[in-house]
Amino acid sequence: MNVLVIAEHDHKSLAPATRNTVSAACRLGGEVHVLVAGCDCSGVAVQAAALAGVGRVLLADAPSLAGAGAETLAALILAHASGYGHLLAPASTFGKNLMPRVAALLDVAQISDVVAIETPDTFVRPIYAGNALATVRSADGVKVLTVRPTAFEPGDEGPASAPVEAITPPQTVGGARLVGRESAASTRPDLGAAAIVVSGGRGLGSGENYHRLLEPLADRLNAALGASRAAVDAGFVPNDYQVGQTGRIVAPRLYIAIGISGAIQHLAGMKDSRVIVAINKDPEAPIFQVADYGLVADLFEAVPQFLEAIS
Amino acid sequence: MKVLVAVKRVVDYNVRVRVKADGSDVDLANVKMSMNPFDEIAVEEAIRLREAGVASEVVAVSCGSSAAQETLRSAMALGADRAILVDCGEAGAAGLQPLAVAKLLKAVCDRENPGLVICGKQAIDDDANQTGQMLAALAGWPQATFASRLVVEGSTARVTREVDGGLETLEVDLPAVVTTDLRLNEPRYATLPNIMKAKKKPLDILPVADLGVDIAPRLALLRVAEPAPRQAGVRVANVAELVHKLRHEAKVLP
Repeated sequence: MNVLVIAEHDHKSLAPATRNTVSAACRLGGEVHVLVAGCDCSGVAVQAAALAGVGRVLLADAPSLAGAGAETLAALILAHASGYGHLLAPASTFGKNLMPRVAALLDVAQISDVVAIETPDTFVRPIYAGNALATVRSADGVKVLTVRPTAFEPGDEGPASAPVEAITPPQTVGGARLVGRESAASTRPDLGAAAIVVSGGRGLGSGENYHRLLEPLADRLNAALGASRAAVDAGFVPNDYQVGQTGRIVAPRLYIAIGISGAIQHLAGMKDSRVIVAINKDPEAPIFQVADYGLVADLFEAVPQFLEAIS
Repeated sequence: MKVLVAVKRVVDYNVRVRVKADGSDVDLANVKMSMNPFDEIAVEEAIRLREAGVASEVVAVSCGSSAAQETLRSAMALGADRAILVDCGEAGAAGLQPLAVAKLLKAVCDRENPGLVICGKQAIDDDANQTGQMLAALAGWPQATFASRLVVEGSTARVTREVDGGLETLEVDLPAVVTTDLRLNEPRYATLPNIMKAKKKPLDILPVADLGVDIAPRLALLRVAEPAPRQAGVRVANVAELVHKLRHEAKVLP
């Protein structure tokens, strides 16, 4: 049975998490196909076709797919699902929104946030904010998975290019219309894929302090910016900065937690980082229990010193 | 318009769960249980819709064992008008998975005909994030997940969603399923008079057999393990030592 990966993209380029998902798909046996659905997205199909392990790309390209939601995409996937033993998408807001809908229409379970593949029907996934890892076996004929991108290395570009096959775009399923999108244009690396993440919490005291102290540091390190829930709730930064159980899951080479106390919900989103640095004035803060290097200090003094030391 | 809210009884968010010694599951004996925090946000949003005159009735639904009655009473103490427990029995409740819950909720929707269903985006025990989307699929309704703003305008709802790249606004035809994200609202606390009042509100118990839904689990839980602990770190005395270690020991800075 072949494996179908649903590509996440912005119609121009493949989202980094798709590469990790293809890597996971390659561990299932069977040929890996990638479905690219969108509008004027043939460039995305070319990128997908160049990934190692990809045997074929299915391209549904139509104006009606420009703002397609889970309703239409699920119908498209269903129309092309026969012959596949596994359907995969990244465990991003894209995949989490879409794949349960696909699974329900197929009358199968969906397995969320897979962090390891033991056999083609046995998977490991975190539960309870990552405080436990459950190994589950699916008896369903089709396994529908979302894959935690940070748990799988991103796939390389392959030597050869897979064929791209155009498929008929579906009838749009009505009921939901995209009427607006606000995304802060950022030149920084994607939070989920960045090698270094600089993350701030309530200890920064205000959005102004967050930007004044952390942005120059992120610029210097070419890092993505993240935040704790407390900092997002307080309005320091937008929602898509949130790292944690219910926000973004990150596992960079270096995670610098500044003024973050370290609630279990936050730790769930970053404790797989390779090196964790914590700067906090409270020596009892739980963040120090997971930090490789802890500095008990006033962040308003320590952060400028840190920036100066690495400049 | 009737609003249906799905609520789940879960381990309290402050509890750090432990894995059982035999690795069969997590140990929930004598652990504090509460309403799933995302479901509290869903209840709050439904009550606000009723207070704004948009919703006529708020019905809280839970699928589980009889212990979930406590969670439904909490929902009514917050302001839900009545409640329905889909009683799955102890064994049935222990094996409930999102697909089965979505099917049960679909069966309840067929009886109740709500104009809107609000669910938490995920439960903090299994962290699945599936039930609302599955219910929408089974009902053939549109979905708006991870909502941070909800405005009902006649026969449609305008929903702002928190997505990885920022915010997205959808207009969905009703009936629809909306799942809540953290910033949709800040749930109120139940007052003592309202807790007392909630005890007198109607709570219907619907035996799972009456709904004709197969709730057998599709996924077998083979084992549960603690994640590998991180090695203990070190405290550094100052910024200079920190930078030195990051450069020469961890080798993560140039």
